[in-house]
Amino acid sequence: MKEMWEGGLRLGEGDFSFLEEVRRRSGEHLDLCYQCMKCTAGCPTAPYMDIKPHQLIRMIQMGRRGEVLGSGAIWFCVYCQTCGTRCPNEIHIGVLMDALREMAVGEGVEVKERRIHLLHEAFIQSVRRGGRVHEVTMLMDYVLRSRDLMKDSLGSGVKLFLKGKFPLFPSFVKEREEIRRIFERCTKKQ
Amino acid sequence: MRVSYFPGCTDRSSSMEYGLSTEEVFRVLGVELVEVEDWNCCGAAATHSLNRLLSLCLPARIISKALGSGLSWLVVPCAGCFSNLKKTEYVLRNDEKERRVVEEIVGFRYDPSLEILALLDVVVNRIGLDRIDERVKRPLKGLKVACYYGCALVRHPKVTGFDDPENPQAMERLMRTLGAQPVEWSYKVDCCGADLAMTYGSIVSQMVGRILSMAVEAGAQAIVTSCGLCQMNLEMRQELGLPVFYFTELMGLAFDVEQRERWWAKHLISPRPLLESLGLG
Repeated sequence: MKEMWEGGLRLGEGDFSFLEEVRRRSGEHLDLCYQCMKCTAGCPTAPYMDIKPHQLIRMIQMGRRGEVLGSGAIWFCVYCQTCGTRCPNEIHIGVLMDALREMAVGEGVEVKERRIHLLHEAFIQSVRRGGRVHEVTMLMDYVLRSRDLMKDSLGSGVKLFLKGKFPLFPSFVKEREEIRRIFERCTKKQ
Repeated sequence: MRVSYFPGCTDRSSSMEYGLSTEEVFRVLGVELVEVEDWNCCGAAATHSLNRLLSLCLPARIISKALGSGLSWLVVPCAGCFSNLKKTEYVLRNDEKERRVVEEIVGFRYDPSLEILALLDVVVNRIGLDRIDERVKRPLKGLKVACYYGCALVRHPKVTGFDDPENPQAMERLMRTLGAQPVEWSYKVDCCGADLAMTYGSIVSQMVGRILSMAVEAGAQAIVTSCGLCQMNLEMRQELGLPVFYFTELMGLAFDVEQRERWWAKHLISPRPLLESLGLG
């Protein structure tokens, strides 16, 4: 926690509408958190996060909007729900992380973990096109967006392709109009 | 017995041996899987990460199509799809205001009589282990397995309602019925890293490495999973050469289903040497 206080965090300086806004968007009662740190202790991706889950909640309480929405931590959450299952105050941090990501993108905050964001975008666009995800075109789309050549995965990806596990041709939903309408309505409401 | 079946996008691609073995095993059990008409993607993690409303409406369309079949169970093999469908079901059942919004966008009326069930739950708790036992022709004697549940089946328990979230036992009970020996270990509900595999492969290698080394320490010769993404991560990101099965494949092996050679051919780590060493080839 030390580094958090070095920034000179004082009451009265933060954006206090932030806590209420996050509460409303996520439906989670963050004011109940008493910093037991059970969330961070069990979080499998906490070692890779710039701000740990329990710190993130404290920072939301203190109204540190820019640092929270601009953090890499919100993108490293893989929604494994270990924290939410164990939280003594029943705060579902996975749901909170989803809300924070949606807020960050909605507010045009510079996304710290661009690749993770772009992979999710490429996935959603693949579903928008055909109603079902198609791995080959989705990953090509991701590589073009991110310029990430996926060196860690290339070798195994080729092996899976050769085993016939990544079909070349996509499978589409018949009623594509229904999918188009759902996407249109859900993106308009944002 | 007929049940509604949502195969999901990976059933014919990256986890095709899960799909193929599920269909075969259910044929043997005499349970007809009726594919949901014109199903769509559940939205996976990407959708709830960026657009909550869309992450409710995509599964809601699947639920609406399943309701059209008139069958009372919707069975889902992939743990990720199961989790998304259950989350939507939870909202449809408990939040009237949001239910109305989703119903209006998707264009259907929700009926809570439809039960959404994980494939593993159906096998162990609905079809039942007695009926499984009757079909076992070649008990999996000598095979020590670590049952790996991952995240989505058991968490959040309020939403999935499946087994104990810290120490589930369904897969262990199934493995014992098949004649295999499940090991006791404490990493069965730890996360494999999910789709970070595509953006941060090295992180997922560390996460998978920890899970697998604990399985080996507990004496396991193989891992058993019920999720396509877990299976792929565990198989792709390891150097130990430990085979990673879907539970349906081991059911098929114990039922002595001939098609199993087609499933083994789809694995990056061939299970054949292990099975042959135990006389189960």
